[in-house]
Amino acid sequence: MIEEARHFTAELAVIGSGLAGFAASIFALNRNIKTAQIGNTGAIAYTTGYLDLLGSLAPDYAASIEDPWQGLELLRSSYPEHPLCRIPQTDIHTAFEQFTGFLGECGISYSSPGKTNARVLTPAGTLKPTLCMPATMQIGTTAFSRQEPCVIIDFKGLKGFSSSQIAANLKDQWPELRNTTIEFPDMSLGEIYPEVMARALEVPETREKLAKILVGAAGETKIIGLPAILGMHSPDLVRKEMEQLTGLEIFEIPTMPPSVPGIRLREMFEQLFPQKGITLIPQQKVDKLKIEQDGARLFLSDSFGPITVDAKSVILATGRFLSGGLEASIDGITEPLLNLPVTQPGSREEWYREKYTDRRGHEINKAGIEVDASFRPLDNNGAPYSNNLFAAGVILAHQDWIRGRCGAGVAIATAYKAVEEVEKYLS
Amino acid sequence: MTEKPTEQTIETEVLIIGGGVTGAGIMRDLSLRGIQTLLIDKKDLCAGASGGNHGLLHSGSRYVFSDLHSAIECRRESTILKHIAPQCIEETGGLFVAVAGDDPEFAENFGSKCEPAGIECTPISTSKARELEPLLSDRLFKAYRVPDATVDPFHLALLNVAHAEMVNGSSFRPHTEILSFICKNGKIEAAICRDNRTQSTITVRAGQYVNAGGAWAMDIAHMANCKDVNLLYSKGTLLVSHDRLTTHVVNRLRPPGDGDILVPGGTVSVLGTTSLRVDDLTTVKPTVAEIDINVREGTAMIPALATARYIRAFSGVRPLLQSADNADDREVTRGFALLDHSSQNLSNFCTITGGKLTTYRLMAEKTSDLIAERMHNSKPCQTHTTSLPDEESCRWTEPGASPKYWYRANDPEDMILCECEMVPQSAIDEIITDAPGAEDEMNLEAIALRSRAGKGPCQGSFCGIRITSHLYDRGHYHDKTGLIHMRDFFNERFKGMRTIIWGQQAAQMELAEALHCGLLGLNNLEDD
Repeated sequence: MIEEARHFTAELAVIGSGLAGFAASIFALNRNIKTAQIGNTGAIAYTTGYLDLLGSLAPDYAASIEDPWQGLELLRSSYPEHPLCRIPQTDIHTAFEQFTGFLGECGISYSSPGKTNARVLTPAGTLKPTLCMPATMQIGTTAFSRQEPCVIIDFKGLKGFSSSQIAANLKDQWPELRNTTIEFPDMSLGEIYPEVMARALEVPETREKLAKILVGAAGETKIIGLPAILGMHSPDLVRKEMEQLTGLEIFEIPTMPPSVPGIRLREMFEQLFPQKGITLIPQQKVDKLKIEQDGARLFLSDSFGPITVDAKSVILATGRFLSGGLEASIDGITEPLLNLPVTQPGSREEWYREKYTDRRGHEINKAGIEVDASFRPLDNNGAPYSNNLFAAGVILAHQDWIRGRCGAGVAIATAYKAVEEVEKYLS
Repeated sequence: MTEKPTEQTIETEVLIIGGGVTGAGIMRDLSLRGIQTLLIDKKDLCAGASGGNHGLLHSGSRYVFSDLHSAIECRRESTILKHIAPQCIEETGGLFVAVAGDDPEFAENFGSKCEPAGIECTPISTSKARELEPLLSDRLFKAYRVPDATVDPFHLALLNVAHAEMVNGSSFRPHTEILSFICKNGKIEAAICRDNRTQSTITVRAGQYVNAGGAWAMDIAHMANCKDVNLLYSKGTLLVSHDRLTTHVVNRLRPPGDGDILVPGGTVSVLGTTSLRVDDLTTVKPTVAEIDINVREGTAMIPALATARYIRAFSGVRPLLQSADNADDREVTRGFALLDHSSQNLSNFCTITGGKLTTYRLMAEKTSDLIAERMHNSKPCQTHTTSLPDEESCRWTEPGASPKYWYRANDPEDMILCECEMVPQSAIDEIITDAPGAEDEMNLEAIALRSRAGKGPCQGSFCGIRITSHLYDRGHYHDKTGLIHMRDFFNERFKGMRTIIWGQQAAQMELAEALHCGLLGLNNLEDD
């Protein structure tokens, strides 16, 4: 194989291919900023498809928030350092609208950001608050709120998704809920996987076979819930056709990660971004980042050889431990790419509380990097590391996205803000 | 789970309190003499020191400097166990190594100290030692080979109980805690117990009562007004690495200290051990300081320990017999004591305490001798010659065994539920129906104790969900109980992870918490 050095230039380099990175590229596209997006496809395949803005509030993250916008106001008074408190609500709303609008145009429709959180179903049979959900999941939420008769269906051979578990846990709140188990067409033996089932349902013949089985399983009931398997590239079309074939209303429930709704987003971005003029190098980790006054250079390599990217500005959206944006060692937490200072608890003893499910959450989750009002990371002296370096997503300090149920909120809102600042910088 | 607390009376010939290896060993020993027993534990099998140790089958060489008697006992007992319970033992062999900075005189004398104990100890060159164990430090200056081995205490306890149940219908009740004794005329008439799941009271009437409570033996003896059990508690903390780093047991050749032993266990290695005097048994858990010192000290012997991936840490309490002079808990005798309590005016109660995993069988033998004599049963002990038979439902604790059975059965319908350790659903089904201590409301912790489920790098964060779903499908759960058991299981596994979450485990933990709390909301479950 001949190695060939490749070189790209852009106005903006987005480092990170999680929700924040993809959102940043979309917002940059909307602002006509020439963008290159680089970095490991981090945790996006682990998302459920639900886009949370804010679901629970410190200190005990207990009761679910019904109105996330009012929740943001409360957060502003109790925890002003939270990244979501540093962005005007109108901007957060616009960011969600632009993001879900883009997804819808690309074939994965979403509910638009409303005034309140919806209560959506989880594969364990619990309910969680979220702001926007894929259109394929919406019927489940309305059927639950209207207490309509419904059958949850699972598949023989599909692990970790039990319709009896969902029904057993929801029966007090949803007496009209029943459940049953069926076999997936042509996959009756052994273990089956959601991703394989979803790709199989892209084929009309499989849809027809499954439709017949679903009609039998539904009986008199008109609404059915399935694990998220309704196609990989055009879920809205697959669902619509399944509804026509069965005469039933059909919705999806996310499965254990990596789940189909996350993979759908990743594959859609990877397919469409290059068509829209974004330079996307999603599978490679950036080895080195050199930031200078007038621009930045990224170094990476793949099996064909070295790659360099020159950009006028950079958004760091490298995530936390799972995606490598932060690293934890026996001695402390570091940011590996630029060695930015990381705000963190004084010692490892304080990282985690004694009890895993302690309602207050764990201190380590609030560790992260500091930014100024323009979302530029700070150096050891508290000054911006550089005028052309910005940060977005859950790498930011002072938020617990897991317990606050604000992962997508932090990713999308801060990406929006960072891109806005990039645009100011570039002009 | 919601049933009303009821009263129940159970009659048995002998009540054994404490489901560690010693209690399980006494149960089996007595059953082979035709004596019927009931074994109870407030938690489950090996919940105390029997499960909280390295799994080292001592050759005895560790004790040659401080305690010749214990050294000889270990040498004899390890030889017996290798014959009667080979399925629980891996004959790894052991090394003792001294590194630069260790006392050369101590290292030099080691061989001659092993001789009077009858322990086979061979000096080897440092290059030979590093050939056997490539990860050893290049600063080695002395090395010996000894016949150390490893033992799976869970498998061992399960097989002892299963055999006793088979031989004469003796039985084991987990989560059954002793509350008090009713004593009259120099005898215990009954033991009042509580089922910690249902909160119901159980009265046990037995002829003889055996206290094999390990670290809790002193508290149990006090319930019968016996003041002659005096224990010191020494807490030891250990770490489990993701990979098996050595094939042999590797001991530091110096007086016992922190981080001086690395014991392989199937597919992992266990690094230990600290020693810290504690007074309160309820708050025993690993601390960050103990972890750091084990890693730092261990690194001198095996530098790779500094960068190894750790998946778990745990603490155990050594019950030590109190003696006059005990400057260092590691120097206190590791021997055991059998107290017949005749001085406390009780004729049908005894306490067995102290000792160690390697000598559990001998401890059981001495205790059973006393019980048999009191019951005028003249049958001799058989456990030193009678092999421990295999039992299908007990085989799932062995690391690396599950994939073998699964592969051999070649059943495409039998899905793997724990992907780290390859535990199939057939194993879960077998455990909840047949394993010792199996019962209707068996929870994930009890299943995990009887298998490798949740022992791999994800520490149960994925398989806990899959097993729970499987149990709902099987009709084991009909309400929120399954979710509560799942949450409790994750909380329990977390106790062993809390102090070692760095490197890849930090990423693992972020994913687990996002799944358990962010998505499923287990942090917001209402309690039952």
